Amino acid sequence: MLKVNDINVFYGNIQALKGVSLEVKEGEIVTLIGANGAGKSTLLKTLSGLLKPKTGTIEYMGKVVSGKVPQAIVKAGISHVPEGRRVFSNMSVEENLELGAFTRKNSREIREDLAKVYELFPRLLERRKQLSGTLSGGEQQMLAMGRAIMAKPKLLLLDEPSMGLAPLMVKQIFNIIEQINKAGTTVLLVEQNANMALSVADRAYVIETGRIGLNGTAAELQASEDIKKAYLGGA
Amino acid sequence: MEWLQQLINGISLGSIYALIALGYTMVYGIIKLINFAHGDVFMVGAFVGFYAIKGWGLGFFPALILSMAFCAVFGVLIERIAYKRLRNATRIAALITAIGMSLFIEYGTIYVRGAQPEAYPAGVLPSSSINLFGAHINSQALLILLVSVVLMIILQFIVQRTKMGKAMRAVSHDMEAARLMGINVDQTISFTFAIGSALAGAAGVIFGIYYTKIDPLMGVIPGLKAFVAAVLGGIGSIPGAMVGGIILGVVESIVSAMGFSLWRDAAAFLILILILIFKPSGIFGKNTREKV
Repeated sequence: MLKVNDINVFYGNIQALKGVSLEVKEGEIVTLIGANGAGKSTLLKTLSGLLKPKTGTIEYMGKVVSGKVPQAIVKAGISHVPEGRRVFSNMSVEENLELGAFTRKNSREIREDLAKVYELFPRLLERRKQLSGTLSGGEQQMLAMGRAIMAKPKLLLLDEPSMGLAPLMVKQIFNIIEQINKAGTTVLLVEQNANMALSVADRAYVIETGRIGLNGTAAELQASEDIKKAYLGGA
Repeated sequence: MEWLQQLINGISLGSIYALIALGYTMVYGIIKLINFAHGDVFMVGAFVGFYAIKGWGLGFFPALILSMAFCAVFGVLIERIAYKRLRNATRIAALITAIGMSLFIEYGTIYVRGAQPEAYPAGVLPSSSINLFGAHINSQALLILLVSVVLMIILQFIVQRTKMGKAMRAVSHDMEAARLMGINVDQTISFTFAIGSALAGAAGVIFGIYYTKIDPLMGVIPGLKAFVAAVLGGIGSIPGAMVGGIILGVVESIVSAMGFSLWRDAAAFLILILILIFKPSGIFGKNTREKV
């Protein structure tokens, strides 16, 4: 579904991604784990068109999408839930969700999907008229995810959904990620919380200072001694 | 009941400031630029209205709409030509460009048509004195107020209810997140310039009819005052620009009514100084927190 071929991405003169290649197959949850500043968010931003690779290509459903504007990429079916949620805190919960469907035209389908999102996140239904800035961190994460789903994505990019959340809330969010995936959306999940990410993922890539290191099935990585030492907090 | 008369005059004047201030505040809200050329769009609007009325014999409303349409296109051109390429430049570079744009429009207008002032023909709008609780109120002042209020209601509707308005609010809150929603940011910014400039064009025609005399440098002082109004209300806030404009107009009328007409302009800038010292975020302004 998604094929990243040897991309190099720069911020000015600083190279953030060095020859990164990875693949996500339809129906999978793939996770990308790595430390702060390894290039995880940069990769997602490049996938959603906010950044352009200097060299290399990104193929999605057999078409090259690298270099396209975010609008075109959203329309093609890739939604990106950014790090730190980035909800529009000056707008109501429902307005945020409507903005998620900005590129769509059919208002009947949009209404149906809105109902589905409220089903998935009943909390949001309770607070639909509330300004989204007044929500708790977990609720904002739900809103950011709901907003992305409103675009009807085939591939969902999630950047650190667990950041700053209480363990119970993290569990809940990851449950929902699995539900979204079971409903037919492919997920690329970026996480620092490697334990949690590997527990839901099918496959995983490890990124270190802009380069992909290890990769394999989630089970293989969970068993790997190096990964345990570096990311899972065990010996 | 002279105070009532002064109050109505002040509110009418204030509604002109408010119409201009809205353009300042919307543009600031979306690209964090004080568009100093905005007062000159107001001037161009006044001239378009003048030629439409005097040259083509149009009535008030057709002239108003023509001027608004012309200014909307003009505003978008200014943005596309001068500001768009500076979107990632420093704010000071954009600000200096805006001042340059302002001078360019002023002296470009003088180059094209000369510096001589023009007078709006009388009788475009019926002018009679209405007696309200013993106060003599000019019917023009009331009509101007009505037109301004209707324009502001339409603006509120666009910003709050339409898809484009929602996109504007999203872009002004978080440009990158707005991009991720599939919002075309360039188009949204152009739309903001179009709306703000159309309002300035409307203000130009209204000003011409109310104060009669127009000239190529007429945009400077009302432009600066509208800027004061926008800061007073809280720059970036749409209700703030409306309230700030009205307050400024009323204060100026009161100062004039007390016999200090010559101090009117000073009062406006005194307000700016006081606001910047005591509440820089303005009446409706959010506490400015720099995003890291």
